[in-house]
Amino acid sequence: MTLLLGAFTIGLILALLALGVYLSFRVFNFPDITAEGSITLGAAIAATLLVRGCGPVLATAAGFIGGLLAGATTGLLHTKCRINGLLSGILVMTALYSINLHVMGKSNMPLLNEVTLATKAEHLATRLAGSSHDLNVFGWEVGIRDASMLVAVLLFISILGLALYLFFRTNLGTAIRATGDNPQMIRALGVSVDFILILGLALSNGLIALSGAMLAQYQGFADVQMGIGMVVWGLASVIIGEALVGSSSLGLLITGAVIGSVLFRLLVAIALRWGLNPNDLKLITALFVFVALVAPQLLRRLKRPKVVTTPVP
Amino acid sequence: MLKLDNLYKVFHPGTPNEVRALRGVSLGLEPGSFLVIIGTNGSGKSTLLNAVAGTFLVDTGRINLAGHNITRWSEHRRARLIGRVFQNPFSGTAPSMSIAENLALAARRGRARGMGWALHKRLRGELRDRVRALNMGLENRLDNAIGSLSGGQRQALTLLMATWLKPELLLLDEHTAALDPKSADQVIRLSHEIIQRHKLTTLMVTHSMQQAVHLGDRIIMMNRGEVLHDLSGTERARVRPEDLLGRFEEVRRREQLDPATADMLRLNYV
Repeated sequence: MTLLLGAFTIGLILALLALGVYLSFRVFNFPDITAEGSITLGAAIAATLLVRGCGPVLATAAGFIGGLLAGATTGLLHTKCRINGLLSGILVMTALYSINLHVMGKSNMPLLNEVTLATKAEHLATRLAGSSHDLNVFGWEVGIRDASMLVAVLLFISILGLALYLFFRTNLGTAIRATGDNPQMIRALGVSVDFILILGLALSNGLIALSGAMLAQYQGFADVQMGIGMVVWGLASVIIGEALVGSSSLGLLITGAVIGSVLFRLLVAIALRWGLNPNDLKLITALFVFVALVAPQLLRRLKRPKVVTTPVP
Repeated sequence: MLKLDNLYKVFHPGTPNEVRALRGVSLGLEPGSFLVIIGTNGSGKSTLLNAVAGTFLVDTGRINLAGHNITRWSEHRRARLIGRVFQNPFSGTAPSMSIAENLALAARRGRARGMGWALHKRLRGELRDRVRALNMGLENRLDNAIGSLSGGQRQALTLLMATWLKPELLLLDEHTAALDPKSADQVIRLSHEIIQRHKLTTLMVTHSMQQAVHLGDRIIMMNRGEVLHDLSGTERARVRPEDLLGRFEEVRRREQLDPATADMLRLNYV
């Protein structure tokens, strides 16, 4: 049960990563690798501030802002310096590795006795429940720490998802979506495509860094290596989400990314439980995304009627 | 209204692909006038339109529009003054967004875009009325994705979007060339109607001599990045499609000479 709750919670936290990846890869069609650095940046900033005695809300917000800046840098490199999009992301990601080490001062920063969002949620739940005993939910014993964290994260993601949905329906939000859909058109309607791309990448990496900040507090440490493979992870979540809801309406797509992230984390947790070697995890994630990208093309090719070639006399 | 002063543009200068696309184009347009630009392929007519729209900056020369010197303005900044319809029906609309959302984007052409709702209630009502006026039955499909519409429908909507806020200048770049004859006809009729109703200052590029003769109040013919003929007033009123074709034939004959020789001959004898 604890395993399941943990998978749910991490899945929800990584849903922020999925939303960020959705924004860059799907809305802008921009392969943004910055994510691998910015998720660690969010974790590193939050963890360092927490260790220095900063409040968890402030520390998390600072992580988010760090991500905003990282994304904006990638956007600036791409739009103003005319560097290829993929390369811009790689440059910033590589630079962030050193920056993250400098922020933390070491490669791994444990959060042992600090007041984090996780301990805050636990504290609040204990006060509400009146005791710190395990809860009995449908006959299962559930640790109050796990349950409170899950509820808190679920609430937070729901609010954030709704906010994102509403934002995408404002004048600015529709302009962002249109920029990904048809840059020529939105330019002719008076929108600076460069500015919107910088803004969008900032927002995307802000969400991803927020995910990192929360993940560090949930798992109790920040590590300079924690970003490796995260882009593919986010992409896998987005693909699962799209397969579930179909890529139609905006609200469904956002919900799909969140559900996809939770589902993917659950699948991974179950696979690990059944004895999957953790070392193979990234290989399998990459294979999964590969298959998900190639399968639709293959299916289309199979469906297409065979061309009848008439022999040349 | 629009004043072009001696515009020059060379693409890929100093390379074997060097193209001298505009060679000293000057043009003045009165408010409310409708100028049709014709010319052979590569004559610079679309380049001229793009120079005005700001797709690129001209090498030398000045562009004045509605009292602003817009020569160094970026493309998106000029959009405040200019409405555009492209040749490709897919260029003017965002395919995965709904008809209503596309129009809402156009309703803020050149204005600040903040946190207000894109599709507020008042706008929705106005959308329905103005889309109904297109007579295409699209008013009941406002929430459908634009990608599901035909080229003609998309081009009609693009036209509506370009003129939703009255532009100081409307640019039509062969906007019916990619449509089937029936849709082309419909879009031309709609263009005429909108331009008349709002008295829009218009620049239109076209390949169709029929359109050139029947629309607008002035025709210019371009060749090799220069204005070759400029027909207005009675001369314009008398012109028939055959006359324009005749002038094209004239150009073609001249082209058969070596371009350099042709230029020399023209300088010496014309």
